Amino acid sequence: MAFRIGVVTFPGSLDDFDAARAVEMAGGTAGPLFHASDDLKEVDAVVLPGGFSYGDYLRCGAIARFAPIMESIIVAAEHGFPVLGICNGFQVLCESHLLPGALTRNQGLHFLCRDQKLKIENTKTIWTSGFTEGQEIVIPLKNGEGSFQCDDETLDMLESQGRVIARYVDFDPNGSRNLIAGITNARGNVVGLMPHPEHAIESLTGPSEDGLIFFTSALQQLVGR
Amino acid sequence: MATIVVEVMLKPEILDPQGQAVASALPRLGFNFAKAVRQGKRFEIEIDGEPTPAQIAQVEDAAHKLLSNPVIETYVIKVEK
Repeated sequence: MAFRIGVVTFPGSLDDFDAARAVEMAGGTAGPLFHASDDLKEVDAVVLPGGFSYGDYLRCGAIARFAPIMESIIVAAEHGFPVLGICNGFQVLCESHLLPGALTRNQGLHFLCRDQKLKIENTKTIWTSGFTEGQEIVIPLKNGEGSFQCDDETLDMLESQGRVIARYVDFDPNGSRNLIAGITNARGNVVGLMPHPEHAIESLTGPSEDGLIFFTSALQQLVGR
Repeated sequence: MATIVVEVMLKPEILDPQGQAVASALPRLGFNFAKAVRQGKRFEIEIDGEPTPAQIAQVEDAAHKLLSNPVIETYVIKVEK
């Protein structure tokens, strides 16, 4: 039986359908999850999709963090449950303190939408195990608040523990510290990524098929559990 | 009735591109006084009567958990009549 990866829909989520489609293209079964319920419906992993949850009011991800579904996800994630936060999902993970740091307004103030080259630096997480270390990929980046910020101590910790999973290459889109595009928690089950792998799963509609590897990685890792 | 005000500012070390944009717009209008600008948020919370220490403590808790993100922001709480 295919593993079920849940995709959470918050009010204002945009990329939940694309994320669910990516799960299915990778060979899994997508399980829709709703923000207002704390029921994880026995899914094996969760994707927090991109969009503008709760209109990005207050701060991006700040209100979604208190949704009933997040209470369940936070507890599960602390016990090793796989969670991938993409764009707004990454912001929710930072607001939930499942990942350190915060995402702030892009340095140039513009909302950016471009095909972005990334270098994968950590292939030990549940979501990146199918990549080779140093692999360069191209997936879409689209956000207004994608600048990863944290204090020096946190940055040193992330770097020394190899917890930067992907970095921007050739172009600095938003002023993120150390060109960080994505990070993981110490255990490697929670990953946050600003660019959008779910929009790069087939050559017809995306700049590459590189994004699919995030989803196939997780499905393969679930087999081994 | 009193108003509890919570002012939230980005920490000094966090880049503030919005503040920088305002700072660079001022001289274009002939305002040449600003050396730098930082932009923040202000919450006005209305309550009945004078705030009790317990209410202030609750606002403090809310400011820490929701109104600000302590990773990148600081806050100040004031009471206005």
